[in-house]
Amino acid sequence: MPETADLPGAPGTPAASLAKGAVPAQTAPAGPAAAEAGPAPGKPRSLWSDAWYELRRRPTFLVSAAVIVLLLLIAAFPGWFTSADPRFGDLEGHYLQDPQLTHFFSPEWLGYNQQGQSIYARMIYGTRSSIVIGISVTAIVLVFGGLLGMIAGFFGGWVDAVLSRVTDIFMGIPFLLGSMVVLVSFDERSELTVTLALAFLGWTVVARVMRGSVISVKQADYVAAARSLGAGTWRLMLRHVLPNAIAPVIVVAMVALGGYITAEAVLSYLGLGLTEPAISWGGDINRAQDQIRVAEHVLLFPSILLSITILSFLMLGDAVRDALDPKLR
Amino acid sequence: MGRYVARRLLQMIPVFIGSTLVIFLMMYSLPGDPIRALWGERAPDEAQMALIRERLGLDDPLLVQYWNYLTGIFQGDFGRQIGTRREIYDVISEALPATLRLTGLALLITAVVGVGMGLIAGLRAGGKTDRGILFVTLLLISVPVFVIGYVYQTYFGHRLGWMEPVVQDDQDFAQLWLPALVLASLSLAYVARLTRTSIVENRRADYMRTARAKGLPAHRIVGVHLLRNSMIPVVTFLGVDLGNFMAGAVVTEGIFNINGIGNAVYRALAAREGATVVGIVTFIIVVYLFITLIVDLLYAVLDPRIRYA
Repeated sequence: MPETADLPGAPGTPAASLAKGAVPAQTAPAGPAAAEAGPAPGKPRSLWSDAWYELRRRPTFLVSAAVIVLLLLIAAFPGWFTSADPRFGDLEGHYLQDPQLTHFFSPEWLGYNQQGQSIYARMIYGTRSSIVIGISVTAIVLVFGGLLGMIAGFFGGWVDAVLSRVTDIFMGIPFLLGSMVVLVSFDERSELTVTLALAFLGWTVVARVMRGSVISVKQADYVAAARSLGAGTWRLMLRHVLPNAIAPVIVVAMVALGGYITAEAVLSYLGLGLTEPAISWGGDINRAQDQIRVAEHVLLFPSILLSITILSFLMLGDAVRDALDPKLR
Repeated sequence: MGRYVARRLLQMIPVFIGSTLVIFLMMYSLPGDPIRALWGERAPDEAQMALIRERLGLDDPLLVQYWNYLTGIFQGDFGRQIGTRREIYDVISEALPATLRLTGLALLITAVVGVGMGLIAGLRAGGKTDRGILFVTLLLISVPVFVIGYVYQTYFGHRLGWMEPVVQDDQDFAQLWLPALVLASLSLAYVARLTRTSIVENRRADYMRTARAKGLPAHRIVGVHLLRNSMIPVVTFLGVDLGNFMAGAVVTEGIFNINGIGNAVYRALAAREGATVVGIVTFIIVVYLFITLIVDLLYAVLDPRIRYA
């Protein structure tokens, strides 16, 4: 579940440790020791180039990134991966037919479902909705939660008090139950509806982490220096505070992405996610549950692909967190 | 301490009002009309419908309805379901024991197995056991709960026959083990990872070296010094997670056919029984708020350096 982002209790702590590490990395010119390990000797190294350098050498990052690129390709061009029509059902010929491995990636290699539709084709065409929902919820949550968190942290005082209470209010509502209440009011649910329902309650975690991170960054000397040089509020926020405060937020958002994909699947499974004729893994798993005693493959294969997808996003988030957190190096 | 608790209780009030208001507005702006549904497929009588609406106060502005609802709750009156005419208080209190047993068992499994796995992994950080445990936890996190539910039900319940695949009597703890294990699996993985991180960080702390230098036996060093100091993030997570358990029970109770809160809220959502949904969510919000307070107070128990003035 997404609200259980992989963070210890106080969201301020990891943010603070990250941001403090970010400051010297960003401002210090490359010394001899840094130049030796760094990607571009002579140039000042930023937290991001450090992280990228670190990431490229991690097998977990490479594997999960490769899987995600493949999933993105499937989502964008499902026709490249199967010639079968995911909506074409042949009840007489293919009802709950077992997998037949004549050759890989043929329409029948993972069997057929209770409508006589090719399970493989439905898995391929179902990828798009999961990926699109996961990424767009994350994007909305990043922009909205990030903005709110930054305003609360940067201005402090009564602005912070009000925004933090609003965050508390939305955090008190259980994520999954709340989304269910939103979604039950729509008879036809598209990707947009599900995305908005998840984002409606999902932004709180990002807002909290952003707030904590901004508070710890805005006390840095370079912010005071820029202020005394006459930089305006917006320039301070966007040029000085934001780049140094964003790292922990990115990490939380990446780990949460896997959670949003899970949430979409759970909602579809409960019959409150995407409605027909949309194809989604959760919906297919939901419809497969009646046949689980006679035909396990109908439930098994979409579940495996769903789990692999979530696993790759989680592993990517883990790798990025390790790379961005200088304390762990 | 007393003043701290009082301040926290006061801070809860706006959050409580805000959350319940949001959920109330969400629920009551739903299309679909339970009053119309009373007639089923027959043509409704407009005058009767208007009378029922007026009796139930559904003609009032939403904020007035909300105020009436809120004052009712504080007098123990959650209202009645429109379709079944049952007191919602009864609906909740009938469903609650099963969910409490289920979540209690799940919490126990999460705490014992999760902390145990995290402790073993943390003490052998970097080794094969550690990597194995980390991989298992990642797997548990990435497989959605309903898939885990079906896999456990099929293999442990039907194939191996170790446990009852469907709960017939929710008073019998022996039957609740399987659903509790399913419900716990996600949190268990998070707890194991949190414990591991915490243990790895604290293992090199000065007080650990002191404890070892004093010649304390290993079980005391790990059990008292290391574990107790590593528990703060874990306790926080467990506290927040109890609310998730109640919401996650929607899926688990559905798979294993337990008549608990999750099933009740799902049925109420399907029947558009707004008052029931709001009642149950309100209950979960209250539980969540009180647990976060208790967790904060537990910090002081775990770490005597933390004091609340």
